[in-house]
Amino acid sequence: MVTGLINANPIIYEKKQRQQRSTQSLQGDEYTVEPIDHLEVFDILFANFHFCFAFTFIGYRDIKDPEHPYSLEELKVITEEAVEVNDQNSYVRVTFTPTVEHCSMATIIGLCLRVKLLRSLPSRYKVDIRVAPGSHATEAAVNKQLNDKERVAAALENPNLVDMVDECLAPSYE
Amino acid sequence: METSLELKEVQKLEGHTDRVWSLDWNPATGHDGIPLVFASCSGDKTVRIWEQNLSTNLFSCKATLEETHTRTVRSCAWSPTGKLLATASFDATTAIWENVGGDFECVSTLEGHENEVKSVSWNAAGTLLATCSRDKSVWIWEVQPGNEFECVSVLQGHTQDVKMVRWHPTEDILFSCSYDNNIKVWADEGDSDDWQCVQTLGEPNNGHTSTVWALSFNPSGDKMVTCSDDLTLKVWGTESIGMQSGGGFAPWRHLCTLTGYHERTIFSVHWSRGGIFASGAADDAIRLFVDDNSESQIVDASHSIKKHVTIDQTLLLAYDIG
Repeated sequence: MVTGLINANPIIYEKKQRQQRSTQSLQGDEYTVEPIDHLEVFDILFANFHFCFAFTFIGYRDIKDPEHPYSLEELKVITEEAVEVNDQNSYVRVTFTPTVEHCSMATIIGLCLRVKLLRSLPSRYKVDIRVAPGSHATEAAVNKQLNDKERVAAALENPNLVDMVDECLAPSYE
Repeated sequence: METSLELKEVQKLEGHTDRVWSLDWNPATGHDGIPLVFASCSGDKTVRIWEQNLSTNLFSCKATLEETHTRTVRSCAWSPTGKLLATASFDATTAIWENVGGDFECVSTLEGHENEVKSVSWNAAGTLLATCSRDKSVWIWEVQPGNEFECVSVLQGHTQDVKMVRWHPTEDILFSCSYDNNIKVWADEGDSDDWQCVQTLGEPNNGHTSTVWALSFNPSGDKMVTCSDDLTLKVWGTESIGMQSGGGFAPWRHLCTLTGYHERTIFSVHWSRGGIFASGAADDAIRLFVDDNSESQIVDASHSIKKHVTIDQTLLLAYDIG
């Protein structure tokens, strides 16, 4: 399925030092959205010259990328600053940056983010997912799709898509 | 104008095992001693029929319509006589159910849409059915004897997912609203099933700037309210009610926009018989609006309740308060 990498030479950022958090720190913590900390990268095939990364992420900090030994945090796809949480209003907004401007996997990444949050946060939470402004060629279109409740629900009834998302979110053990 | 309205929860109905997307009151019930009935449809792939007990006024589930749709049932609509129930599903089909001595049987399955069917609507006479889908099309079906349904038109025009279709309450004019931010009006130009888009209400017409999720007509059919992901509700009006009687189609125009009443996507709006319309949104609020019929067509928000809704964010149609 793999024909190559879109981003053969990604820019690598220094990984932040962060202590391991326990899940008990969920309530009232500004950075309660732990689930998006850890990401795993793998390639996906496209029929034409346009390739992209698909991102997988897991609950803990082991990231395995067969192509690049770096995490999505190191690739600056997701950073702590990109997660806004207002626990009192039960609101979360995640801003992510696909590594390439035409990344057609942006909607899959966004869907994975949403599912992970859906499975991890209390049901009272309202979640907005968006691509970082200026980071994607069709960002308005991607954002609209990612935040359409009905489209998301329908997508999650597609077994192939759910399998892909589950694979992205599955823990990996080194 | 000061109006005080209060919404009070009278009962919480449990039964569905997934999100409840929509519901519809059976128009042939709730009067002349016939217990009030409504249908609800859900992500659990079933439709439930609920009936009110005449002495306790409490609703209970009378039937569960299952093992037909293979995916979420997104919306449902009773025919005007209340004898048939149409259910629209993400499985790309629309099922027609008939109440046969207390049991509901699926008597027909309408196929054709390429993917998820979002909405279904009967015209006032019960002779036509309309459906719409993520495939961007609107289909019109003719009701024939023996519960047969024939597709008489496939309407292309929307450039995106069509969220809802609604027939005008008195005329055979069809309205659709879409992810493409537009509302389209469709009419039969000749007598031979020549359905065309006769008007598009979009941004240039003071229209919505994001997905339009729902539309609803006032009882007299000369006004319509729409709601959107752009966080506004818009009221539209038309000149004459008898739009097809000799004079041809009378266009709709924007009357007013209601902003600032909801903080998140407004998914539902419904105009009840009492001159009140209600909106339901993703901010978990239901708001009631009164049309005071002033010259400037301003409507006032009269009440807002905020209630955490875990499963159902679709507006429950207002109980007929007379």
